[in-house]
Amino acid sequence: MPEMELPEAAPALEIRGLEAWYGESHVLHKIDLTVREGECVTLLGRNGAGRSTTLKAILGLTDRRAGSVRVRGQETIRLSTHRIARLGLGYCPEERGIYRSLTTQENLTLLPRLGPDGMSVAEVLALFPNLAERADSGGGRLSGGEQQMLALGRILTTGARILLLDEITEGLAPVIVEALGRAVALLKSRGFTIVLVEQNFHFARHLADRHYVIENGRVAAEIPANEVAAREAEVGRLLGV
Amino acid sequence: MDITLQAFMAQLTIGLIGGCFYALLSMGLAIIFGLLNIINFTHGAQFMMAAFLAWIGLTQIGPWLGYPDFQINFWVALVLAPLCVALFGMVIERTLLRRLYHLDHLYGLLLTFGVALVMEGAFRYAFGVSGQGYEPPEILQGPVDVGFMLLPKYRVFVVAASLLICFFTWYLFERTKLGAYLRAGTENPRLLQAFGINVPVMITLTYGFGVALAGIAGVLAAPIMQVTPLMGGNLLNIVFAVVVIGGLGSILGAMMTGLALGLIEGLTKVVYPEASTVVVFVIMALALLVRPAGLFGREA
Repeated sequence: MPEMELPEAAPALEIRGLEAWYGESHVLHKIDLTVREGECVTLLGRNGAGRSTTLKAILGLTDRRAGSVRVRGQETIRLSTHRIARLGLGYCPEERGIYRSLTTQENLTLLPRLGPDGMSVAEVLALFPNLAERADSGGGRLSGGEQQMLALGRILTTGARILLLDEITEGLAPVIVEALGRAVALLKSRGFTIVLVEQNFHFARHLADRHYVIENGRVAAEIPANEVAAREAEVGRLLGV
Repeated sequence: MDITLQAFMAQLTIGLIGGCFYALLSMGLAIIFGLLNIINFTHGAQFMMAAFLAWIGLTQIGPWLGYPDFQINFWVALVLAPLCVALFGMVIERTLLRRLYHLDHLYGLLLTFGVALVMEGAFRYAFGVSGQGYEPPEILQGPVDVGFMLLPKYRVFVVAASLLICFFTWYLFERTKLGAYLRAGTENPRLLQAFGINVPVMITLTYGFGVALAGIAGVLAAPIMQVTPLMGGNLLNIVFAVVVIGGLGSILGAMMTGLALGLIEGLTKVVYPEASTVVVFVIMALALLVRPAGLFGREA
C-alpha cells in the first residue's frame, strides 16, 4: 500500500517581508519564514546575523518594523506588543529576563493566562525540580541554569502554545543543556509550536523539523531536518563551524 | 540643657505628624520614579491642588452654585479631591509625560517643574497668596489626652490615617500580585509587555495612584497648614531630600525615612532649634557620601 501523505498543519506563524530597525539601523531585510502548528523550527546563524531581532520583531519589540507577521492567520504588524503576546505567544529572551526583585515563586506565577491549557506550577516544578528548592529565593540569586529553567517554566504556565526561545543554552553547563533539551523535546511532543534561536547547532539539530539560516538580516537557507546530513558542508560554511 | 520629658515628647509628636506628610508624599514620588523614571516635580502642586479642592468644596462651591448652604464635607473631600487630582495627573501623563520616557530624567524633571509653576500660578491668580483656613470636621475637633500631653484630635487622626495608608501602599506593592506586576514593570517594562501586560495603562494608573497619595496628604494637611498656592512647593524640598536618603524608587525606604526624618526634625527642635530646618539636608549630604543609592536603595 502506498504511504499516505498527511495534510500539512496550518501555519502558526507566517512571516513575509519582515523588516526591522533599531533607531536608524536597518537590521532585518525582508525575512520570510513559516512555522506550522506543532513544528519546531530553529533560526541559526552567526552572532549579529539578526536571529534574536527576528524574534523581537515578531513581538513588536524593535523600534520599528514593516512587512507582515500573521499569528494563526491574524495580521499583527500594527498591533501593540501586549496584544500580540495575547494571541498565545510565549517569549524567553536571550538575557532570560528574570525579575530580580521577585522571588522564584513570584516569577513563576507572575504572567497572565494567554491560553486555556497552561501548566500548573506543580507541573513546571516537576519538569524542573531544581526550581522547587529555590521557590523563595530572589530571582537575582539563582544560577544561570536555574534562571533559564525559570524563564522557560514561567511561559509554560501561561497557556501560550507558540514559544519563541532565544539562545536558551547559552553559557550553561552541559548537564543543564541536556535538561533543557529534554524539556524542549517534551514540549514538542505535546504539540507546542517552537521557534528556537540557537548557536549550538548540535543542540538544535536533534530537536528541529526545519532550520532557517539567517545571515545579514536575511534568510540565507532553509534546511529541512532530513537534509541536514546531506548538506552538512553547506551548514558548516554558513555557520562558520 | 533643661528639657522636660513633656516638652521632649511633644516635639517628637509634632515631628511624627510632619513625618507622616513626608512619608505619604515621598511614597508617591518613589512609586512614580520607580515605574516612570520621572522625577515628579509636580507632586507639591498636586498636593496643593487637593488641599484647595477640599477648601473649595467646603467654603466656595455652595455660593458658586447659588446654594450657600451646600458643602462638600471633609470625609467626601478626602475621597473626591485625591481622585480629581489623580485624574488630572493621568491626563498629564497621557498627554505630556508619555513623550519623555525615552529621554533623560532631566527632561521629565523640567517638564513637571514647568507644570508645577503653571499650576501654582493659576491658583495664585484665582485665589491670591494669602492662606485660607480649613476647619477640621466636628468629630475631630478638640483635644485628646495621649498620656504625656494634650493633642488635637485631628492630629492624632492624621498620624493614624497616614500610617494606615502607608501600610496599605507597602502591602499592595510588596505582597500582592498587582504589586509584583508593578515591581516587574519597574525592572523591565518592555519585557512585561511581551508577556501580555498592557504596560502603558499600568503606567498611567500607577502615576494616578502616586498622585492620589499626594492628594490624600493635601486634604489631610488642609486643616493643619494654611491652604495657599505655595504650600506644596515649600514641603517638596524636604520630601525630595527624604526620597534621596531613602533611595530613589524604594517604597519602604520612602516610608521609613519620611517618618524617621520627621522625628529627627522634631528632636532637633528640642536640642538645637536653629538647626531644625537644615538637619534633613545635612543627613541627605551624609547619606549621599556614605550610600549614594540611599539607605534602602539598591546599589547599581
